[in-house]
Amino acid sequence: MTAPLDIEGPAAPPRSNGELVFAEPWESRAFGMAVSLYEAGAFTWPEFQAALIARIAAWEAAAAPDEPYHYYRLWLAALEDTLADRCGVTADEVTARTLALAQRPPGHDHRDGHDHGHDHERHHAH
Amino acid sequence: MTPTHGGPGEAPPVALRTEALEQLLTERGLIDPKAMNEVITTYETNVGPLNGAKVVARAWTDPEYRRRLLRDGTTAIDELGFSGRQGEHIVVVENTATTHHVVVCTLCSCYPWPVLGLPPSWYKDPAYRARVVKEPRTVLSEMGLELGDDVRITVHDSTSEVRWLVLPERPAGTEHLSEEQLVPLVTREAMVGVAKVAAP
Repeated sequence: MTAPLDIEGPAAPPRSNGELVFAEPWESRAFGMAVSLYEAGAFTWPEFQAALIARIAAWEAAAAPDEPYHYYRLWLAALEDTLADRCGVTADEVTARTLALAQRPPGHDHRDGHDHGHDHERHHAH
Repeated sequence: MTPTHGGPGEAPPVALRTEALEQLLTERGLIDPKAMNEVITTYETNVGPLNGAKVVARAWTDPEYRRRLLRDGTTAIDELGFSGRQGEHIVVVENTATTHHVVVCTLCSCYPWPVLGLPPSWYKDPAYRARVVKEPRTVLSEMGLELGDDVRITVHDSTSEVRWLVLPERPAGTEHLSEEQLVPLVTREAMVGVAKVAAP
C-alpha cells in the first residue's frame, strides 16, 4: 500500500523532478512515521490530509510576510493533531518527552538505552 | 503573535520533538522502527523518476547499453540496480525525429514506479486515459507538445504484463555533456512521452 500523497495543491510534499525532498533527517522521520501509521491503519489518509491542510491554512493566516515556510513542521504538527484525535497521544506527553530528551548529556547514546541508571537527584517539595 | 523561537526559554528544536514522538509511538507498539526505516528508504531511494533519468542518460552516452535496453528493458534497468514491485516487464521504446511513443494505462494506472516515481495526477485522469488513444496528437498538443505531421505517433497501453518506458531523444546541443550532467534534464513527462527533453 502506498500513501496517496498529493501531487498538486498546498498539501503536496516538496518534490524535485517528482522525487520527495527532505531538507533534514528529521523530516524524513516525520514523513516515515505518518506513512507507517497510515499503512498500519492508525488513521485514514483523508483524516491526516485534512489535519495538514488545516495546519497550512492556519500558518498562512498567521505568518509574518518574511517568515519562511516549513512544510514538514506543519506535517509534524498535523500528525500530532491526528494522533491526539485517534490514538490518544497528547501534545503534553510529546512536549514532556521532548524536554526529557533535551536534558540528555552531550554525547549520550540515546539509541542504546543501556545507561539509564544515573538519575539526577531531584527532590520535589510537597 | 508571540514568537515561539529565539530568546531565553527557547523551545527545543523540532528534530527533538520528532524523536520524542517516534519514541512514544514505538513504546506503544504503534510503529515498528524497522518497518518505518523501510518506508523511508523506499520513498527516498526507490521511488523517483531520477532512476529513469539515469537509465536514459546511460542509454544516451553508451550505445552498447542502449542496445541492451531496447532489447530487454527489465534486465538492462536491473543492471543499474532498479527493480522490484511494479518494475517487472519493462519494455523501452525509443523516440526519434520521425517516431513518437506515448504511454497510457487505459484500464487503471499501471506505471513503472521504481523507475518513474509516483505517477503524476494527470496520468490517472480518465480524460487522459480515454482520449490519448483516440486523438494522441490533439492531447499531446494540449499538453504543450506539438508534433509535426510527419511524426508517426504510437500509443502504448501499460498493463500488469508490460510497462512501457519511453527513451526520449537526446536534445541537440548536449553533445558535450557527461552522463551525470544529462540526468537532471530528463523529466518524468519525457519518459511517459508527453514532453521532449530540452537542452539546458
